[in-house]
Amino acid sequence: MRLDSVESLNRLRNESRQRLDARKKKIFVCLGPGCLAAGSDQILEEFNKLLAQENIKDYSLEAIKKTGCHGLCARGPIVVIEPEGIFYSKVKKNHVSQIIEKTLKNGELIESLLYSENGSKKKITDYRDIPFYANQYRIGLRNVGKIDPDEITDYIASGGYQALARVLTEMKPQNVIDEITQSGLRGRGGAGFPAGRKWATCAKVESDVRYVICNGDEGDPGAFMDRCIMEGDPHSIIEGMIICSYAVGSREGYIYVREEYPLAVINLQKAIDDARSYGLLGENIMGTDHCFDIKISRGGGAFVCGESSALMKSVAGDVGEPRAKYIRSVIRGLHDKPTVLNNVESFATVPVIIDKGAEWFTSVGTEKSTGTKAFSLAGKVINTGLVEVPMGVTLRHIIFDIGGGVPAGRQFKAVQTGGPSGGCLPADKLDLPVDFDTLTEAGSMMGSGGMIVMDDRTCMVEVARYFLEFLVKESCGKCVPCREGLYQLYKLCTKICEGKATEDDLVLMEKLSDTIRKASLCGLGQSGPNPFVSTVRYFRDEYLAHIRDKKCPAGVCRNLTTFTINDKCTGCLACISVCPVDAITGEKKKLHVINQELCTRCGSCYDICKFDAVDIQ
Amino acid sequence: MVHITINGKVVKAREGEMLLAAIRRQGIDIPALCHHEAVEPTGNCRLCMVEITREQWQGWKKYVTSCLYPVEEGLIVSTHTPELIEIRKNLLDLQLARCPNSEVIQQMAEEYGLTKSSYESRPDADNCIMCYACTRICEVLGKNAISAAGRGHDKIITPPFGEPPPDCIGCLACAQICPTDVILWTDDNTVRTIWDKKFDLISCSQCGKTTITRDFADYLIETRNLPREYFDTCDECKRKNLAHKMGDIVTAVEEVTL
Repeated sequence: MRLDSVESLNRLRNESRQRLDARKKKIFVCLGPGCLAAGSDQILEEFNKLLAQENIKDYSLEAIKKTGCHGLCARGPIVVIEPEGIFYSKVKKNHVSQIIEKTLKNGELIESLLYSENGSKKKITDYRDIPFYANQYRIGLRNVGKIDPDEITDYIASGGYQALARVLTEMKPQNVIDEITQSGLRGRGGAGFPAGRKWATCAKVESDVRYVICNGDEGDPGAFMDRCIMEGDPHSIIEGMIICSYAVGSREGYIYVREEYPLAVINLQKAIDDARSYGLLGENIMGTDHCFDIKISRGGGAFVCGESSALMKSVAGDVGEPRAKYIRSVIRGLHDKPTVLNNVESFATVPVIIDKGAEWFTSVGTEKSTGTKAFSLAGKVINTGLVEVPMGVTLRHIIFDIGGGVPAGRQFKAVQTGGPSGGCLPADKLDLPVDFDTLTEAGSMMGSGGMIVMDDRTCMVEVARYFLEFLVKESCGKCVPCREGLYQLYKLCTKICEGKATEDDLVLMEKLSDTIRKASLCGLGQSGPNPFVSTVRYFRDEYLAHIRDKKCPAGVCRNLTTFTINDKCTGCLACISVCPVDAITGEKKKLHVINQELCTRCGSCYDICKFDAVDIQ
Repeated sequence: MVHITINGKVVKAREGEMLLAAIRRQGIDIPALCHHEAVEPTGNCRLCMVEITREQWQGWKKYVTSCLYPVEEGLIVSTHTPELIEIRKNLLDLQLARCPNSEVIQQMAEEYGLTKSSYESRPDADNCIMCYACTRICEVLGKNAISAAGRGHDKIITPPFGEPPPDCIGCLACAQICPTDVILWTDDNTVRTIWDKKFDLISCSQCGKTTITRDFADYLIETRNLPREYFDTCDECKRKNLAHKMGDIVTAVEEVTL
């Protein structure tokens, strides 16, 4: 079917809506990365198998929908039954028949699968009442977890391609650029450059060819927002890109996706093919004069290829190394032609801005950081998952109100934002509003939206060492400060963790960080020392404890940690059972003892002890 | 022509040229390890960094590698601020840790008061500073026989898969451009070895001395349109032959005049 006019799109939308509405009851099985890893594909298969055998009123085979990430990964696999919004968490394959028998046939709830807040017995039925969801505001993720990413008609039924139709028939390219500029949309990839200004510059450059590229090379450890959009709502990205292509006058676009996201590649390709067959990509889109097509360019997984100039080299088939950017890529980018490069989330947000208007968008968020931002909550937080909130809410709101805080018995210590090149912020920064400028001022950055929560069992020196190691491996190795400097910084950090460093080393590290920041060729190097700089800024005492006292306060650095058992021990045997090297001896109800020669300082005994009987020294 | 200010002095520079050339023309000494006129600049070593600003930038300034930054009208350049000297010193400190045995690096570091690196040196350090001059000159020749491979600190310059490079013609351009003389080669009678690949050397038909590799001669015949006979004799014998020929002509002319 080819959509050759706006009317045909509207017709298709109405038909699709009617078809979806006719099936009043729907079962959504989340196939996001977290749920999939927990086996949700088998749950989907089981539903398909069992429902095919049964004949239940309101529930046909068509009622089963697979979706992208629903959000609350910590409770996956997730099954949602609409229209009631019944939220079943931690579903297993053998629960499926039970769900069919009880809930689908008889309308009964299965208590054990329902959600309850940590520490509370009160069950919540409708996911919209769960604080994790109730506190969110979804723009970029509007459809993720709610539609089948493989069905273009699902996207169209939810209002998809409506913005594009308006752009192509009612707006001039300059109007589109103005709208995006007025919306204040800033690049969601991390740097926060105003998208409207980027588009305007690109449109002004004299050139026969212009490119639109979507950066899907999400490489930060712990970040999966872009992945979830690419997997769960690929058409929103495509629509955003087509709108951009119209605004800047481009006929050719690329989506750069990392090879490690195989499902994103498959879903995007399917979406591109479908859009093309519906006449939404290719020649004369929706019967207008505008022509634009998208190709997928798969990356080999080099972190540095998320950097704009390295990404464009990679798309062109060269080695992904950054170049000096005295001429910006928006003027001379891919194949030396003007190129707009925006992030997945930015493009996914564009159609909504067109639909609802710039004024509405600026009413969400803060003055200088408008709209919302998606984050992936990970680490020592109860509700790990995918969240989207208006800019300007506090870190505390995200981590505690939505994320549920750190698991019981532990204290919040720091939150790492902005990926490896971001920074760690301590508890007294929890009330900072989350926007581009505030986080940068505080020594971290917004980054693409990875948020790793750390508790008191996290050693900040070790955290810095971990991220530096990542950056040393992922540096492209082209320029000296990044290649040699980050390596030496990593070596010195390791020295601290091993208890072999002096205070002179700390001074050297600070001096070195300054040179790496100033002298590196690209953003990776320039922000590379951040893991060290931000942790030493807020947790200097911890560094000094390692250096002066040869102690690791968190009990993580093995050379500096000794675990002993004090007389609070009740002799419960718990630590004996978890010790991986059988270093603990003792009998029931008698004091246990750790054999220091066998102990590998893993800390399992400390973590499991309920009586505070294991000391870290 | 454009006008730029270098260390307070307004000078003229050619449009399109890079800052480094304009700065060096003023007799200002700026160190650089990866820069070479024969190849495209890449900005790897970062030593030639300078500080730039403009009047309208209202005090805002930035650091750029002068080898890669084209001159622009009104640019105000500082080449030796204390910050820049500190950056260069720290960069050389890092290079010294990477290549503690390189005389070139030792000498440059000494100029900045460094005799020993502040950092731990690489075990089994070689003298390669990863300036890419070799791979860039090979690219200029259209051969691309060697390349940088790997990532991060473990990146190395190597032929494909560490095997003798199929596209190498034994021209020695890489060895000659290398600022730290790290690319080794040998000529043994009529055999040249470089990158573990062996090449036949052409011997001069007159004096018997070896000249260039047969593969390099083939490359020049093809790309520079030279006749094959051109490579039969060495440059010295060619000169001698020419001198003899000139001598014969002079004698003949003298005989005629007499």
